[in-house]
Amino acid sequence: MSLLDVEGLSIHFGGLAAVTDVSFKVEAGEIVSIIGPNGAGKTTLFNMISGLYRPSSGCVRLNGEKVTGLPPEALARRGLSRTFQNLQVFQQMTVLENVMAGCHLGEKSGWLSDLLGLPASRRQTRATRDRAMALLDRLDLARWATRPASALSYGLLKRLEIGRALAAEPRLLLLDEPAAGCNAVETNDIDALIVELAAAGIGILLVEHDMKLVMRLSKHILVLDRGVKIAEGAPEVIGRDPTVIAAYLGRHGQDESEKGAASCR
Amino acid sequence: MRVPSWLADPRARVLVLLAVLIALAPLLFPSGYYYRVGTLVFLNALTVTGLVILTGYAGQVSLGHAGFFGIGAYACAVGTSHFGLAPGLCVALGAGLAGGLALAVGRPILRLKSHYLAVATLGLGILIAMVLTNEGQWTGGPDGMSAPTLPLRAWLRAWGVPLSPAQAWYALSGLVLLAGAWMALSLRESASGRALRALHDSEVAARVIGIDVARAKGRAFAISAVYASVAGSLMALFNGFVNPAMAGFMHSIELVTMVVLGGAGSVLGGVVGATVLTVLPQTLTVFQEYEMTMLGLIMMVMMIFLRQGVVPGLVGAWTAWRGRRARP
Repeated sequence: MSLLDVEGLSIHFGGLAAVTDVSFKVEAGEIVSIIGPNGAGKTTLFNMISGLYRPSSGCVRLNGEKVTGLPPEALARRGLSRTFQNLQVFQQMTVLENVMAGCHLGEKSGWLSDLLGLPASRRQTRATRDRAMALLDRLDLARWATRPASALSYGLLKRLEIGRALAAEPRLLLLDEPAAGCNAVETNDIDALIVELAAAGIGILLVEHDMKLVMRLSKHILVLDRGVKIAEGAPEVIGRDPTVIAAYLGRHGQDESEKGAASCR
Repeated sequence: MRVPSWLADPRARVLVLLAVLIALAPLLFPSGYYYRVGTLVFLNALTVTGLVILTGYAGQVSLGHAGFFGIGAYACAVGTSHFGLAPGLCVALGAGLAGGLALAVGRPILRLKSHYLAVATLGLGILIAMVLTNEGQWTGGPDGMSAPTLPLRAWLRAWGVPLSPAQAWYALSGLVLLAGAWMALSLRESASGRALRALHDSEVAARVIGIDVARAKGRAFAISAVYASVAGSLMALFNGFVNPAMAGFMHSIELVTMVVLGGAGSVLGGVVGATVLTVLPQTLTVFQEYEMTMLGLIMMVMMIFLRQGVVPGLVGAWTAWRGRRARP
């Protein structure tokens, strides 16, 4: 039984088939990447798996349980969390509060107790703050804790979003372009973080354009083009696959492909 | 001077500040009439505090909140005169009715975003005002009806409290406002409050971390409706009279202006907004005649110059100014 099992997933918007019949699996502690040119349907696939879009057909299983079409909050309770390509940080909250909000699922306090400011509610908030602070420490964000999130640089926000997702203690983490717009140092940090998370047993599904990162981290790569899976396999196989090279560089770009594949390794 | 540890909690600081202001304001009152104005301020501020939870924390706009205010007011008037219920019970019934209605209507309405939500709540408010106007045999129709006045003078004498009824109302509404402010401040720093503020910034991200957005919005809507209803009930008992204008569109707009003026995210800002917009028409006759014009003008100026509202805007400017002075 796989952590994530995607079978024949398709979605069409009106007459446009955005993703057609995509299947793959992610095991615990494994890093699986999805690559493909812009508009290939990578984010759409993410949105289906994380419950934001309802697939037209196909099936998503989490730990063997069929979860197709469940809303994101229900999937979060089952251990799925994600980040977004275009940051969705809570800009008006502090860095610490962002991660505290991420702890929501682990919090047990009712609305009435929260309204009345009962001791149980305060204890819960203290416990959440400690947990969030520990996570910020781990992500090297602790010194920004009391800053509003809107004051952080792009690279730090990317990391904060991963931190918020981790606060929900996911078993499967979907990362949508975690290194996009980051400089070399920030990319290295994120690289190391992803490896660390996988080593801790979290299954990771990654969409990323930084080929070096993808080739270095992934155990398995899935290549999408125009919504169709055109290849999959280990990084070294994908780097040499002529259909992949054609999809990225065009059919007449074969000469360039040697250089391209070389730079990937 | 060392700050006592319980004052380190920002909630406590806001509450103490409010309590001190409420207690000291009477020293500046030129006449007994101002206890009346003060009571109006506190009751409006109570409604606005509810709206701070809905609009400031959760980011949902309601243009029909006077409807819930009206429900509370009429619950007291109708409950006592037609059913002979005790006023205290009527306050609770009105709160239950307003909260229940908000929960029931909130589900479908709160699914809408921004201006769609605003228009839907506007419709809800108008609907409530229409019912209050048209069910004449119960509500007295467009002219309104009388509400019971509490026998305050007798109670005060019986308890030996040396206050006039106006002063007693001032103290009572001040205490209720303090309780309301305490709850709003507590909510803000709690798990539920963080959920509301999270969905304010990004609904999709809130859902992904497991927040049931529809439920949370519904709760916020219901809580703010209860605030409005309680304030409406007290207003009915205070004035001894209710009319459909209490539930009307113009009152809803007034409430929203108070929230925006003070700064939607801040409880203290809500109180400031309510104070300014209650005191001005009560003291300046010019303002009274052109109230709606002034409201419109204030809204426009605020949106252009101080979009966050007076209190957060000024706090921000002060922090920036101090920051500049700190590094010359």
